Amino acid sequence: MEFQDYNPLEGKMYEVMNKDGKLTKKEDLPDLKKDELLYLYKTMLYTRVIDEKAISYQRQGRMLTYAPNTGQEATQVGSAYAMEKGDYLVPSFRELGAWLVRGVPLKNIYLYWYGNEWGSHMPEGVNVLPISIPIASQFSHAAGIGMANNIKGENNVAVAYVGDGGTSHGDFHEGLNFAAVFNAPVVFIIQNNQFAISVPRKKQTKSQTLAQKAIAYGMEGIQVDGNDIFAMYNVTKKAIDKARNGGGPTLIEAYTYRLGAHTTSDDPSKYRTDEEVEPWKEKDPLLRFEKYLREENLIDDKWVKETKEELEKDVVATFESIENKSDTEVEDIFKYHFETMPPQLEEQMNDYLEFLEGGK
Amino acid sequence: MANKLNLIGAVTQALENELAEDKTVVVYGEDVGVEGGVFRATAGLQEKFGEKRVFDSPLAESGIVGTAIGMAINGLKPVVELQFMGFSYPAFNQIVTHVARMRNRSRGRYHLPMVIRAPYGGGIRALEHHSESTEAMYAQIPGLKVVIPSTPYDAKGLLIAAIRDPDPVLFLEPKRIYRAFRQDVPEESYELPIGKAKIVKEGEDVTIVAWGAMVRDTQAAIDMVKEKGIDPELIDLRTISPIDRETIVESVKKTGRIIIVHEAPKTLGLGAEIMAIVNEKAFLYLEAPPTRVTGFDTTFPLPKGENHYIPTPERIAQTIEKVVKY
Repeated sequence: MEFQDYNPLEGKMYEVMNKDGKLTKKEDLPDLKKDELLYLYKTMLYTRVIDEKAISYQRQGRMLTYAPNTGQEATQVGSAYAMEKGDYLVPSFRELGAWLVRGVPLKNIYLYWYGNEWGSHMPEGVNVLPISIPIASQFSHAAGIGMANNIKGENNVAVAYVGDGGTSHGDFHEGLNFAAVFNAPVVFIIQNNQFAISVPRKKQTKSQTLAQKAIAYGMEGIQVDGNDIFAMYNVTKKAIDKARNGGGPTLIEAYTYRLGAHTTSDDPSKYRTDEEVEPWKEKDPLLRFEKYLREENLIDDKWVKETKEELEKDVVATFESIENKSDTEVEDIFKYHFETMPPQLEEQMNDYLEFLEGGK
Repeated sequence: MANKLNLIGAVTQALENELAEDKTVVVYGEDVGVEGGVFRATAGLQEKFGEKRVFDSPLAESGIVGTAIGMAINGLKPVVELQFMGFSYPAFNQIVTHVARMRNRSRGRYHLPMVIRAPYGGGIRALEHHSESTEAMYAQIPGLKVVIPSTPYDAKGLLIAAIRDPDPVLFLEPKRIYRAFRQDVPEESYELPIGKAKIVKEGEDVTIVAWGAMVRDTQAAIDMVKEKGIDPELIDLRTISPIDRETIVESVKKTGRIIIVHEAPKTLGLGAEIMAIVNEKAFLYLEAPPTRVTGFDTTFPLPKGENHYIPTPERIAQTIEKVVKY
């Protein structure tokens, strides 16, 4: 596969496996061993289970606002699996599958959505930036990480994510532009899930594709079937290898669909019909990959059932390990603004602690 | 060894010292590389340290600050220049939502040793948007330090301290006095503490707090009232966030009076905060109402009107007399 064979201006989209799990480009089947394939499937399933449980906890009043990923698992898992040790993941806020692949513990993820900053305290060695809610602002961070690699002569790559709505943002443009001007080793991934909350993709831009925006920055862009784990892996791997070898940044548009709500506070029935969603359910990336794996006799009913049960157990145990045990330590609110707390902040903290003690 | 430097020269030398001493320091911004910056703050640095460490960036403030965030996370100490404070607003989102809170929101996993330099203030007969003093907007952001030097010596020591600081610093340079005077400045590196004000002149009758270019105008005002037997104490705040409360409060306890002088609009300017500090910490020592001499709650006027806006030594002197006679 070559990027130039998929000119986004010609409306071409890269795909390896169709919605029935059949290979449409056999020669592009990535060279992944059985345990790798099962890991990818398991991580996609894990992502799905984490979502389902989080939504259910939220409905029960046990979890705060949560942004689900259902339908986008292949985009997230496939792209992140192409990353290597030392690479930086620069997320937006809907990249659960990618965080898991890059070693962010579920406990962190749930803690964040549960309302505690410790969720964004990534373990040492896990080069994942905190969730970035201000849309597209993270794109220039990724460019900066890449620029720093060039300056230091290191060959790590930054992989940044944004949604389709984010492509309208100034920071989207500035991040791509900086990365291109400085030939920074960055891979920019648009998770085009067709909606920015309620606003459909076609109202974000008059461009035919989002991938074609790359052309204006002098970089390669490609539209990929984001529900095809093999396509996502191949394209990201190619872009990462290119970046690592001095080829500069790439823009990938992962064409996918948000099957769920924007967040648990959103009601998609206000802006889209069931008829519209239905065909996308048939393209469900998890089912598609499952069909392939079953066809190849790599998994069966028993394996799927047991794996799901095992994952559910893990998710429940993780949630229960934080539930009602994650109230913020008062000192933590103050302690992490500067390496050394300024006197006025210390005074505010001590006054408040004194108030709390007096209240006891 | 000392050299006679003006404020802009001191900035250049601070950058030069730190580029030489610390390989992780990089300097960039619009026109910063080949041209050496529109005010020449980075003149000669690219020649000396190469294009990898001192370079021109695309014309995009949000991108400049945003990329600096990424660099700081990835082990560098970026010192970026925003050409004028009036053009810092495209980067405001990055400063508020990421620069100032990366350490807190990651509970210390990431921190940003970076400096954003920007010339600020009026009085150079500049175009629209080139004369702003919106330091108070930035001083209210938790997690961000804001430093303003008023002399060449301070500019060098404070900028070096800012570059070595593990947390992000907005370093605002009073461009009106970039070339106003020269001072003996050590050629070698030295740091001045961030968060410490300086008593420029001791006095008994009234405490005056100022920063940036206003320090010089206040000194001129003090010279004007001297012949009337008034002896003010002048504090140069040097860091406007976090404010050195102790120095101000101790001074007011001695003088019983306070005047704050700033170029920025009056309402919710830093003067208001300093008055609040004095009220909280030295209320019973006060012999006159805390008073401000400031710009107006108006847009900064174009050059034909800017002399009315910026507090002059005459306005400051008149206020000193009023407060002392109260």
